[in-house]
Amino acid sequence: MEITGAQALIESLKKEGVEVIFGYPGGTVLPIYDVLYNEKAIRHILTRHEQGAAHAADGYARVTGKVGVCLATSGPGATNLTTGIATAYMDSIPLVAITGQVPTALIGRDSFQEADVTGITQPITKHNYLVKTAEDIPRVIKEAFHIARSGRPGPVVVDIAKDAQVKKFKFKYPDKIDLPGYKPTLKGHPRQIKAAAKMISLSKRPVIYAGGGILSANAAKELLAFAEKLNIPVTTTMMGLGAFPDTHSLALHMLGMHGTAYANYAVQECDLLIAVGARFDDRVTGHLPTFAPKAKHIHIDIDPAEIGKNVRADVPIVGDAKQTLKDLLEKVKSAGGTEKGKHEAWLKQIEEWKNKYPLTYKKEKSLKPQYIVEMINEITKGRAIICTEVGQNQMWAAQYFKYDNPRSFVSSGGLGTMGYGFPAAIGAQIGRPDAIVFDIAGDGSIQMNMQEMTTAVNNKLPIKIVVLNNCFLGMVRQWQELLYDKRYSATNLCNNPDLVKVARAYGAEAMRITKPEEVKKALLEALKIKDRPVLLDFVVHKEENVFPFVPPGQAINEMLID
Amino acid sequence: MRHTISVIVENKPGVLHRVSGLFSRRGFNIESLAVGTTDKPNVSRMTIVVEGDEQTLEQIIKQLYKQIDVLRVFDLPHAESFERELALIKVHANEKTRPEITQIAEICSARIVDVADDSLMIEISAEKEKVENIQKLLDKFGIQELVRTGKIALQRGSNS
Repeated sequence: MEITGAQALIESLKKEGVEVIFGYPGGTVLPIYDVLYNEKAIRHILTRHEQGAAHAADGYARVTGKVGVCLATSGPGATNLTTGIATAYMDSIPLVAITGQVPTALIGRDSFQEADVTGITQPITKHNYLVKTAEDIPRVIKEAFHIARSGRPGPVVVDIAKDAQVKKFKFKYPDKIDLPGYKPTLKGHPRQIKAAAKMISLSKRPVIYAGGGILSANAAKELLAFAEKLNIPVTTTMMGLGAFPDTHSLALHMLGMHGTAYANYAVQECDLLIAVGARFDDRVTGHLPTFAPKAKHIHIDIDPAEIGKNVRADVPIVGDAKQTLKDLLEKVKSAGGTEKGKHEAWLKQIEEWKNKYPLTYKKEKSLKPQYIVEMINEITKGRAIICTEVGQNQMWAAQYFKYDNPRSFVSSGGLGTMGYGFPAAIGAQIGRPDAIVFDIAGDGSIQMNMQEMTTAVNNKLPIKIVVLNNCFLGMVRQWQELLYDKRYSATNLCNNPDLVKVARAYGAEAMRITKPEEVKKALLEALKIKDRPVLLDFVVHKEENVFPFVPPGQAINEMLID
Repeated sequence: MRHTISVIVENKPGVLHRVSGLFSRRGFNIESLAVGTTDKPNVSRMTIVVEGDEQTLEQIIKQLYKQIDVLRVFDLPHAESFERELALIKVHANEKTRPEITQIAEICSARIVDVADDSLMIEISAEKEKVENIQKLLDKFGIQELVRTGKIALQRGSNS
């Protein structure tokens, strides 16, 4: 039987197991929306802005591990997706973004709502396609999902000309993929694994530096076994939060610019740094030449280009984190490198740092943002999905909530996209309807995708939006305070709207909290609301700073502690 | 250091943009780039001359491999490769200068491919240095127009 390209697209998505699409209609995707009108197996979530759709698909992907799918029309629809696509690209999130394109006969003529989408998205996608014939749709969708989810995951854009959506053809979903130029290496080279095992056996002060790659590879269990068996402390990047339990005695928590002092000291003093699924980002390393100066480096990553990009690896291992950690542990074990009580002096030193430089803040009478995050952790017993915006809210959320479970922290790490958290929370809540989902936000960030409140209300999503409202673009203000002589240029947001009224206008619940003693009660009340979002406007201490803070370009042990 | 790399790609729309875009956004310098099809119609070969140290070269090769349409990448060691560049040079000529220009072309193993009243067109296929040399020699006559293909290269012998 012959079906249209648009029908073929939806059939192909079903073959890939897609259950939800986040999207926004428009002229060049009308044939696709016409098919979705009767579609039962795929739920379409209408956002209020294409950027919201991209972030929601990304948040959905992060909490479920599935490929997120978003859909938008040509031109402005597609360009509005780009911030979301770039966000997913920087954080290696599997995403398939489908865009309509003007009919093939109109391509290249500056037609209405035409944009060169494959050209625009080329630097921010793992791969992209312009589909001009209906017959190509099944193969392209098959390839797109394969590329998005395998190897180092990432976003793939599929731009489909309108006439290709309309044309009828005989649909058959391919069962094979033919991509001769794409063969990710999953298994680490035995010789390198042997070299790494030897290095680990000889090390006296090792540290594991784990990144988001642990989560993409679903390797948290293997990381835990590896660390416990070899008695090696673990620090995670912000993207790696949840990859190793924060409440574990070997946890050093986050490292880097706003990492814990003890994580940064441990990295600077270690004699072996085992990087797994992490990419030596500048927010982690600070001044690169002085990063981990006494350490040899083992670098495990599925992307060969990450190895040697920023830091030279003594032992490079290209492979999947899950498989490689398993293989490496076996190798160390068989070499007899797992005797009990290993690294005792080193762990004792770390314990001393932990006691001497704990993560802390000045507890004053005023409402402190850190305290709010601590209370969220307390009342949810650490069992919640925490989405964040970008800035101080993000760092406090990273520092003061204890992440014991993979895929429980959802934040724009690489791109640092303000306005990410709320739509991502929508995607997260749809992907995990059972979970308690928070968006920890600032008063700046929340206004960047506030329109998605409608999406959350319409879909009865009980997201808890915690606004740490300090009437400032807090992180920028902090830099201005510390590095620009307190010249608060364009960071004062005192003319914000009343966020409680705004939320209520959208049909959400909302409260304002001004005193520390009201925090717990308000949070408990928010948890009781199950059928709509609730915005908690916490009026917090205005000029609170995030510490520790490694000023840009400094070595990570040269941090300001308070 | 200058490196010549061969990039074997699937002959798909946009592949040149993918490769050139990668170079510009990662800050790698392209000195020249030549593209053409190979013996297989669905496969093209790009010969790219780049400037950079060993670490940069390694990153370039790894980043190129990440492109789905890139099938193979290899560094062509100068000593083991046969390298050529083609140039067409249109130079001012009159009765007086024509013999001298013809002689230069002959010495440089170049060919005269077009003759007009006031100009000569010279074709040279040679290594980069020789192309630059003839260009220098012809300069004093007044070069009207010049076009160079950029380097193409293949590894010698039965390898690759």
